[in-house]
Amino acid sequence: MILNMGPQHPSTHGVLRVILEIDGENVVRIMPDIGYLHTGIEKTCEAKFYQQVVPLTDRIDYLCPLTNNLCYVLAVEKLLGLEIPPKAQWMRVLLNELTRINSHLVWLGTHAMDIGALTVFLYCFREREDILRLFEAVSGQRMMTSYFRIGGLALEPPLDFFEQTRKFADRFPPKVDEYENLLTGNPIWMMRTKGVAKLAPEDAIALGASGPTLRGSGVDFDLRRDIPYSGYENFKFKVPVSQEGDVFARYMCRVQELHESTAIVQQALDGMPEGPIKADAPKVVLPDREKMKTQMEALIYHFKIITEGFAVPEGEVYQAVESPRGEMGYYVVSDGTAKPYRAHMRAACLANMQTLPKMCEGRLLADVIAAIGSIDIVLGEIDR
Amino acid sequence: MPLTPAVTDLQQLKTHPAIAKLLAWNSAAVEGAKFDRDETTIYIERSWLREACVLLRDDPGCPFNFLSDVTCVDWFPSEPRFEVVYQLLSIPKKERVRLKVRLEGTAPAIDTVTSVWPAANYFEREVFDLFGIRFTGHPYLRRLLMPEDWEGYPLRKDYPVEGYR
Repeated sequence: MILNMGPQHPSTHGVLRVILEIDGENVVRIMPDIGYLHTGIEKTCEAKFYQQVVPLTDRIDYLCPLTNNLCYVLAVEKLLGLEIPPKAQWMRVLLNELTRINSHLVWLGTHAMDIGALTVFLYCFREREDILRLFEAVSGQRMMTSYFRIGGLALEPPLDFFEQTRKFADRFPPKVDEYENLLTGNPIWMMRTKGVAKLAPEDAIALGASGPTLRGSGVDFDLRRDIPYSGYENFKFKVPVSQEGDVFARYMCRVQELHESTAIVQQALDGMPEGPIKADAPKVVLPDREKMKTQMEALIYHFKIITEGFAVPEGEVYQAVESPRGEMGYYVVSDGTAKPYRAHMRAACLANMQTLPKMCEGRLLADVIAAIGSIDIVLGEIDR
Repeated sequence: MPLTPAVTDLQQLKTHPAIAKLLAWNSAAVEGAKFDRDETTIYIERSWLREACVLLRDDPGCPFNFLSDVTCVDWFPSEPRFEVVYQLLSIPKKERVRLKVRLEGTAPAIDTVTSVWPAANYFEREVFDLFGIRFTGHPYLRRLLMPEDWEGYPLRKDYPVEGYR
C-alpha cells in the first residue's frame, strides 16, 4: 500500500511530504518529497549587495539564524581577506553556542512530543525563552537576529548582557538534568528510541550525514574542533560521540552537547577580550553613527557602502561551520563586483535526510516518526 | 590576513598530494589547478570525472571519503558556460579539496558520482533542477525543489529574478 504522510503533518516539523510504501505495518520503501518551502534564496542573493544578503541567511535555518550569519560573513571575510578583532570573534562564538542550545532545545521538545513525552516540550521552551531574551537584548530581534556583519558585529552588546548570560549559563546545567530525568532512564522513551532507526558509520559517511547524525553513529568529527573557524581553537570542549547509531544515540549526543555548549559559553564569558567589535576597514564596515554625523569622510563612506555596496575581489570560497544540525557550508563566488555572482548554501539537513531510507526501510511505520525527529530537520534549510 | 594572488600554474602545484596523485594516474584528466585563499581547486576533464573521484576517495594516504557538496556556477554568456563544483572532505585527514568540471552551454551533461558517494543523489538532483544539467547514470533524476511541471532552470543567469510572467 502507498501511504502519503504530510506535507501538513505535525511530526514533519514543517512541510515535508513522505511517500511510504508499506506492507502491513512495515515500511518497504520511503521517499521524501521536498520543495514546499523553496523561496529561491540563492537566486535572490545574486541581486543583492553583499551586506544585504545577511538578513536572507537568517531565513534559511530559522532555528539557528546566528550560525547562518556567521557562515556567510566568514565566507565573505575570507574573500575580502579581512582581519576580525578578537572581541568580535569571541562574541560570535558565544552567540553561536547560545544558538546551538536554543536549537537543541526546540529539537528536544518537539522530538519528545512526537514520540509521546509531552511534558519536556514545556520545560525546553521555558529555557529557550531566556535565550531568545538574550538575543533580543543584543540584536533587537528574537529570531531573525542578523547581528553579525561583514567585518564584525552590528553593535556593542548592551551593558548587562554578559551578566545576564552568565546568570543563564549558571542556572542552565541543572535544567538539562531535569530533562534527562524525564527521558534518559524512562522505560517508554528507551523502548521507542533504543535500537530504532540504526545507521552504520560507513553509511552515514557515504550518505553525507554530518553533525549529531554522524556522531551518533560513532564517527568522531566536529568542524569546530577539527577545522576550527572564528577562534574556536581557543576553547576547550569535548565532542560527544555515541557508538550505537540509533535514535537514542543521537539523543544522547545532543543532550551532552547542551552541557558542552554551556561550558563554551562560560569560557567565552571568562575570557572575553576588550577592544573594538568591528574590523578596521572603512570601505567595508559602516562607521559609527557618532562619526558619521561629525566627520565628512565617515559620511562619505557610509553613503558609498549603502548606495553602491563594496567590491569584493574575484575568487571563490567554501566556508563550512558546525551548525546544530551538521555541516553548514556557504560557497560564495565573486566576480569582482558588489554583488555575489553566486551564493550557494550547503544545507546539513538536505544531506542528513538522505539517510532516512537507510534508517526506516524494513522497520515499523511508527519508527519513521522517531527517525525524522532524530535527524532534526528544518525544512527552511532543506528547501531554501 | 592580506590577500595573496592565486596560484594557477599546474607546475607549481603538482606537489599537492591530491594533484600529484591524479597526475601520476592520468595527466590528461587534470586540466588545471588553482590555489587561492588556502583552498585548492582541481579542474578535471569531464570524461575522467568518475574515475578521478574513485581514485581520490580510495587514496589510502588521504581518503576523500565525504562529499560535502555539489553545485554549479553559470558563466553565461561565456563558453564553456557551466562549472560543476564538487567539495570533497577527508574526515580522517581533515583536508578539503574542490573539483571542477567545465561544461558547454548546449545540452550540458556529465557522469553522475552517485556510485562513488551516494550523498551526491540529492545534490545532483538539485543541480539538475535549478541549472538543467543532466547527470547520466543518475538513479532518479527528477526535479527536487521546483514543481514537476516547472519550465526553465531558475538559477541560470538568463532566467529573470522575477521569473517569467
